[in-house]
Amino acid sequence: MLEIKNINKSFGGISALSDVSFNANEREIKAVIGPNGAGKTTLLHIISGIYPPDGGEVIWSGNKISGMSSVNIARKGISRTFQHVELFGHLTVLENVMIGRHMRTKAGFIASGLKLPFVGREERKIKAKSEEILDLVGLRNKEYELASTLPIGEERMLEIARALATEPQLLLLDEPASGLNEAETNALSVFITNLKTNLNLTIMLVEHDMGLVMNISDSIVVLDFGEKLAEGLPEDIRNNKLVIDAYLGDEDI
Amino acid sequence: MGRGNFTTLLVFITAISLFPFIGSGSYVLTVGIFSGINALVAIGLCILMGYAGQVSLGQAGFYGIGAYVSAVISVKFGLPVIVCMAAGMAVAAGAAVVLAIPALRLKGHYLAVATLGFGEIIHVILNEWGLGGPSGFGDIPNFSLFGITVESASSFFYLVWGVVAVTAVFSFNLINSRNGRALRAIHDSETASNAMGVDVSVLKIKVFILSAVYAAFAGSLYAHYVTFISPASFSLFHSVLLLMMVIVGGITNIWGAIVGAVVITVLPELLKKFEEFDILVYGLILTLSLMFFRKGLVPLIIDKLQQRKGSGRA
Repeated sequence: MLEIKNINKSFGGISALSDVSFNANEREIKAVIGPNGAGKTTLLHIISGIYPPDGGEVIWSGNKISGMSSVNIARKGISRTFQHVELFGHLTVLENVMIGRHMRTKAGFIASGLKLPFVGREERKIKAKSEEILDLVGLRNKEYELASTLPIGEERMLEIARALATEPQLLLLDEPASGLNEAETNALSVFITNLKTNLNLTIMLVEHDMGLVMNISDSIVVLDFGEKLAEGLPEDIRNNKLVIDAYLGDEDI
Repeated sequence: MGRGNFTTLLVFITAISLFPFIGSGSYVLTVGIFSGINALVAIGLCILMGYAGQVSLGQAGFYGIGAYVSAVISVKFGLPVIVCMAAGMAVAAGAAVVLAIPALRLKGHYLAVATLGFGEIIHVILNEWGLGGPSGFGDIPNFSLFGITVESASSFFYLVWGVVAVTAVFSFNLINSRNGRALRAIHDSETASNAMGVDVSVLKIKVFILSAVYAAFAGSLYAHYVTFISPASFSLFHSVLLLMMVIVGGITNIWGAIVGAVVITVLPELLKKFEEFDILVYGLILTLSLMFFRKGLVPLIIDKLQQRKGSGRA
């Protein structure tokens, strides 16, 4: 279980998050929604260790992870994607996924330079596993293309593939549907739901596409100006007066 | 290493083996030896800069540490040369850690200035506290292993280029492994690397150590070949020359580092006929090559070959 406890964060005197608390249960899809500047991405950065919080704690599987470096948090089984795609542009599609296997493998500089027998075996396993993941996201046919040449929809899928290669238990998705067309978004909903059911992942999703959020989330947290405005099941959030005023507006959703 | 590299390696070894028969005379061989010594440093710098995306303007510092530590220990304590060389590499590795830890926070120009400062500090230390001060010292024993002393220029030529060949193979293996991939990844995005569990700090320290050890190895070979060293050989000017080698050859290619080292070492010798204008012509050639072959010589050659192959097929 992921526990967010009284998180505070400010940048140069401007409060980005104040006293935010909620939990995400195992094998749950938790969506975090809210207007631009509500602090959603900041929250993901804090969970994944890119920023330390100013106050409060993040507890993962009973261990405090806030204050740890993002490398160590990744090694605790938390992986993520980025709102502004952070792929390795000079690496191929396959190599990007293979980077996800890095922390699960161990050949050092000297062993690699000497090409000891286990290094080759390990490398073949990295490749096989990565290709399996590319099959899963449907990018196997582009494995030898440079990541920088992909269209946005495929970039977002590749980021998910790279994150999956680390074998996470918690996956943080920062606006995975941003820039996607309707068909791609629909495919993404099915894909994310399958991740939960087939891979037993806990997923935290920051997203503006309300169709996607309402469709796949088990529960939703609403942030507004850095504060938690509401939390509940999708249907509760859809009918919540505060949320409608602050974010959703009164059109039908 | 891939098949293309393997073929190139065979051509390379053949050329090196035949060179002493063609280019006879100790002057030509000495230029060949210095090319090899520079190539060794350049390979390390190429991995550091071209692959991992870190900058170093202080590589002559590591080179100097290797030369001085190995030379001083062998002169003062008379230990076997190979042991002294290992000591030189170990001290350089330690210095690399000392440089890398504060440098972890720096990027681009700031890292360039920090490494430049490091190189200058080493230069000043060698001037002030190095054996013989600014005028250096001599009588450094020749390289020897298992009782065989390598004295003649042709045998030292084979020794140096043998080391370059082995280092190149080691480096290709490293680049084509999970470590090489991770080095290229941190070049593209440190944030994403860390978030994927690739420890950027540890990798940067390791790659600085690697480049320092290569440079120190080269420095100790230099000391035990020339048998006389002074701080002047390990100045900022030499760091800049090393940088030129990597850039002229093609920064993202290990063969480029080797070719660049040979070009930059041999060119001034060829230009001696211009007498007092040699440095002018040298500067002009380097400026023009950077303007027109921005990617470096080896990537340029690869592009041309691929174009020819492509048009042949069409």
